[in-house]
Amino acid sequence: MRLSPDEMILWQHGLLKLNATIVYTWGLMLALAVGSILITRKLSTGLERSRWQCLLEIVVTAIEKQIEDVGLSHPEKYLGFLGTLFLFIATASLCTIIPGYEPPTGSLSTTVALALCVFVAVPMFGIEEQGVGGYLASYTKPTIIMLPFNIISELSRTLALAVRLFGNMMSGAMIIAILLTITPFIFPIVMMALGLLTGMVQAYIFSILAAVYIAAATRTRKPKPAPMPAAVPST
Amino acid sequence: MDSMTIIAVASIATAGLTTGIGCMCPALGEGRSVATALTALAQQPDASATITRTLFVGLAMIESTAIYCFVVSMILIFANPFWNHVIAQAAGK
Repeated sequence: MRLSPDEMILWQHGLLKLNATIVYTWGLMLALAVGSILITRKLSTGLERSRWQCLLEIVVTAIEKQIEDVGLSHPEKYLGFLGTLFLFIATASLCTIIPGYEPPTGSLSTTVALALCVFVAVPMFGIEEQGVGGYLASYTKPTIIMLPFNIISELSRTLALAVRLFGNMMSGAMIIAILLTITPFIFPIVMMALGLLTGMVQAYIFSILAAVYIAAATRTRKPKPAPMPAAVPST
Repeated sequence: MDSMTIIAVASIATAGLTTGIGCMCPALGEGRSVATALTALAQQPDASATITRTLFVGLAMIESTAIYCFVVSMILIFANPFWNHVIAQAAGK
């Protein structure tokens, strides 16, 4: 029984292996990038907009609103990273409808790579917002004794992100594979619909958790400025 | 009982037990969290967006422990290193 699309090797030359994960990942990247380029070629700000532009606008403004709700006050800075995470994982899950397709997020390599991106991005955004000293000092809050626990929680959060996404996607594919050998008619379709739903929920969860971690890292703890004295007329 | 049998029995029993416990306990936790979220929604319907979003994030965190148990069961059944080692030994003899 195949645990992940990593094991489906399509081409091999010495040490270089082209497996299904890589092919499907690049296919998704092509679809997303080419689709966006085609839609954004003729953007209009007037009343006449094409349907595809409206679709993209809905998606982008919804993601921006969600990022703002989490607590990040300038969502446009993080929209590229978090939006891409959501769109990639969501498209990877939605394309399960296409026969012969296996979601690349069902392989531990892809999910660990995405989690490592978040692991690198959180300190990057934190340092950008608070400076190196401020960000490193946040590891010693609330007391210096919490320093090892904060470091361990960083690592375990990343691992949890990777395993959560991998487990959900892999279990969906495996349930359908097992059901196809037992009751191959209607029931696998129901499980496939459930798999689509959990795929979208997991995409949302992954990006919202990344946003929450970034918000925790960029939350500046500047003391509130003293209230200005009432303006006194100079005359 | 030789070591092959012991490894097989231990793997199968542990896989079943892991999935059993891993499905029961997170389900209890999720049930409690949904019940509390419903109470909060009934008390403050205009905060429903925040409550719903927080509920889903919390459910995903609880679900992930169930996923850990599932992954361990799958490893025990399909990618068991001890079983592979013993099988390789038996095939080599």
